[in-house]
Amino acid sequence: MKKYIAAGLVAALMSSVAPASAATQIDFWHAFTGRLGELLDEQVSKFNASQSDYTVVATNKGNYSETLNAGIAAFRAGEQPDVLQVFEVGTATMMAAEGAIKPVYEVMADSGLPFDQSVYLAAVAGYYTTTDGQMLSLPYNSSTPVLYVNKDALKAAGLDPEMDLSTWDMVGTALDALKESGSKCPLTTAWQSWVHLENLSAYHNVPFATKENGFGGLDTELSFNGDVQVKHIDTLGQWAKDGKFIYSGRRNEGGAPFRAGECALFTESSAGYAGVKKEATFDFAIRPLPYWSDVEGAPQNTIIGGASLWVLEGQTAEEYKGVAAFFNFLSSSDIQAKWHQDTGYLPITMAAYEATKASGFYGENPGTDISIIQMTGKAPTANSKGLRLGNFDQIRGIIDEELEGVWNGAKSAKDALDSAVSRGDELLRRFEQANR
Amino acid sequence: MEKRVVFNNRWLPYLLVAPQLLVTFVFFFWPAGQAIYQSAFIPDPFGLKTQFVGLGNFEYLFGNRYYLESFSTTAIFSVLVTVSSMSFALWLAVLADRVIKGSSAYRTLLIWPYAVAPAIAGVLWLFMFNPFTGIIAWMLFQVGYVWNHNLDGGQAMALVVAASAWKQISYNFLFFLAGLQAIPKSVIEAAAIDGASFWRRFWTIIFPLLSPTTFFLLVVNVIYAFFDTFGVIHTITQGGPQQSTTILVYKVFADGFVGQDLGSSAAQSVVLLVLVGILTVVQFRFIERRVHY
Repeated sequence: MKKYIAAGLVAALMSSVAPASAATQIDFWHAFTGRLGELLDEQVSKFNASQSDYTVVATNKGNYSETLNAGIAAFRAGEQPDVLQVFEVGTATMMAAEGAIKPVYEVMADSGLPFDQSVYLAAVAGYYTTTDGQMLSLPYNSSTPVLYVNKDALKAAGLDPEMDLSTWDMVGTALDALKESGSKCPLTTAWQSWVHLENLSAYHNVPFATKENGFGGLDTELSFNGDVQVKHIDTLGQWAKDGKFIYSGRRNEGGAPFRAGECALFTESSAGYAGVKKEATFDFAIRPLPYWSDVEGAPQNTIIGGASLWVLEGQTAEEYKGVAAFFNFLSSSDIQAKWHQDTGYLPITMAAYEATKASGFYGENPGTDISIIQMTGKAPTANSKGLRLGNFDQIRGIIDEELEGVWNGAKSAKDALDSAVSRGDELLRRFEQANR
Repeated sequence: MEKRVVFNNRWLPYLLVAPQLLVTFVFFFWPAGQAIYQSAFIPDPFGLKTQFVGLGNFEYLFGNRYYLESFSTTAIFSVLVTVSSMSFALWLAVLADRVIKGSSAYRTLLIWPYAVAPAIAGVLWLFMFNPFTGIIAWMLFQVGYVWNHNLDGGQAMALVVAASAWKQISYNFLFFLAGLQAIPKSVIEAAAIDGASFWRRFWTIIFPLLSPTTFFLLVVNVIYAFFDTFGVIHTITQGGPQQSTTILVYKVFADGFVGQDLGSSAAQSVVLLVLVGILTVVQFRFIERRVHY
C-alpha cells in the first residue's frame, strides 16, 4: 500500500512541476456555440500554433447573459478568466466596474506591442471607447441591422423585385401591394428595440438618451420618446393592426418564417446572412436599413450589436502580455477578413475590409458589404456612436413589453414610449446609485 | 409489562440529529440569512462597492406597479395550475381506478410526463403553439382563431398554465390513485347496496376519505406553482408579453441574474420567504382542520 502512495506522490509532484516550463495559460470565456463556436476555436488553435509562449484556453459558458454572470461570479470568487466576452448591452456594467477590468489600451501599452487605435473601424470601436478616445474592450463580433428581401415574394405581389426600398415610405407602398396580394407576413423583424429604436435613433441622428447616449456620464436619461421614434413606432403599430407587420418575438424568432419564405421583408442583423444563405430556397437580397426621408440628415449611420472582449483585473503581467499578443493576432487583417466572410459579422479593421474587397468576395456575395457601407458612410455623431446605459438588458426588456402593447393595439405609440422612458429611467437611477 | 429502551447518554440525541441540523442550517438558514442581509444593500455586480440603503430596496419594490401586479399574476397562475392539474388528475385517477383490463398500462402511460424536465415541457408546448410553425396554432388558424401568445397576455397565461399543469398531472394522479385504492371497498359497496349513485358515493364517501391526499397535494402543488414552474415560463414566454406571465420567482431571477440588480433580487426573495411562510401557516391552520384522517 505504502508503495502505491509513494508512487502516487511522485506522479503528482512530477505533473505539478511539468507545466512550469510550458507556455503561460490564458483563459478565455465566451458565449459561442455551434458554427460560431467552431470558428472561434479555429482562431484560438491558429494562435496557439503560431507561437509557443502562450496557450489560450477557450471555454463556452452558455449564452451572453450566462457568460457575463459566470464572469462576475468567478470574479467574486477570485477565479476570473483573463478574457471575457461580453455582449454590447453589458458594456456600461463592465465599464463601471473599475477595479474589475483592465482597459485594453492599458493592456496593450504595458505589453510594449504595437497598437494603433486608428486602424479600427471608428463606427465599431467607438462603441467600446471612452469619450476621450481610449479603447476599453476589443470589438470581437459586431453586426448592424439590414433589410432582407424575399425577391420572389415581391414578384408574386406584382412588384419589381429590384424596386427601391431605401425609405420607409417606399416600404409602406410595397407592404400595401403585398397585403393586397394575400401575403400572410409582409414584414417582420428581429430584435425590435435594437433595430426600431436604438438604430432608428442613430440612423436619424436623434438621441436615444441624454449625455451622448450615456457616454457622458451615469446621470443620463432616456429620450427615445421624441417625434421621430413616435412616428416610426406609430407607423409600425398601424401596419401591425392592418396585418402588414407581423410581430414574431423579442429575439430573432422572425428568422424562421423569413427563411421558410413566409415573410417578404425582414429587418435583422447582418450576421443573419449565413443562415439565410444556407436555408432560403428563394431569391433574396440584402438592402440597407430603410429611413424616413423627411428627417433632416438621415440616413446618418447605424450602430452595432454583438460583443467585445474584456480583460479582467487580477492576473499576472505575463498573462496580460499573452492577452495583448492574442488581441494583436485577432486584429490582424487575414484573421478578421476570414471571420467577416465566414460569419457576416463586420470586420473590425479597415484593412480587413479592403482585403475582403480585393478578394472579390463582395462581388460573389452581393449585399454583404452593405452593413459596412451603412456604418461608415458618415462620421459618427454623439447620437450615433453607440449606447452606454446601465441595466440596459432590463431596459430592453421594458422596451419590448411596451412595444408589444403597441403591436396588440393596447397602447398608442406615444404612451408606450413615454412609459418605457419613465420605467427605464428608474433603472438608470438604480444603476447610478449602485455605482456611485 | 411494558418494556422501554432508555438511552441515558445526554449527548447522543444531539449527535444523531446534528447532520440534519447541519444540512438545514447550511442549505436553508444561512442562505435565507444572507438574503435578508443583502436586501438592505445595493451592491454593484462585481461586489466591489456596496451601498447601505436600509429598507430602500423594499420601498423601491412596493412603489413599482409591475411588482405589485406580479402578486396577482402569481395568485392567478398558482390557482389555475393547482386547480386544473389536481382536478384533471383526480378525474383520471377515478377512471383508472375503475379500469380492470390493462390498468397497469394506463397507469404507466399516465405517469410518464412526470419524468419530463420543466424546461423540456416548456419547449414541447412551445413547439405545438408556436404562432408561425406550431401545429395547434395552425389548426386554430384553420378554424379562424389567431394564436399569438407573444402578443396576447391571456393566451400566454393559458399556455404556461397548460404546460405547468400538464407536467404535474402525473404526480397528482399517482397519489390520487394510491389514495383511492386505500379506501375500503366495503364502505363503498355498502353505499351501493343502499342505492347511492356513483356521484353520491363519490361526494359523500370517496372525496372525504381522500382528503388527506388532497390536502397533501394542495400543499405540494402550490409550492410547485410558486417555484418549480420557473423553467416552463423561462422557455415559453420569459415573463411576457408585458409581464403578464411574470410570477414572483421569475422576477427574482430576471432582476438578479439578467439585470444584475442583486439588492432588489434579495429583497424580493425575502418577500417571497415571508409569503410562503404565511401561506403554509394558512394551509395547516385553516385547511387542515377540514381533513379527515
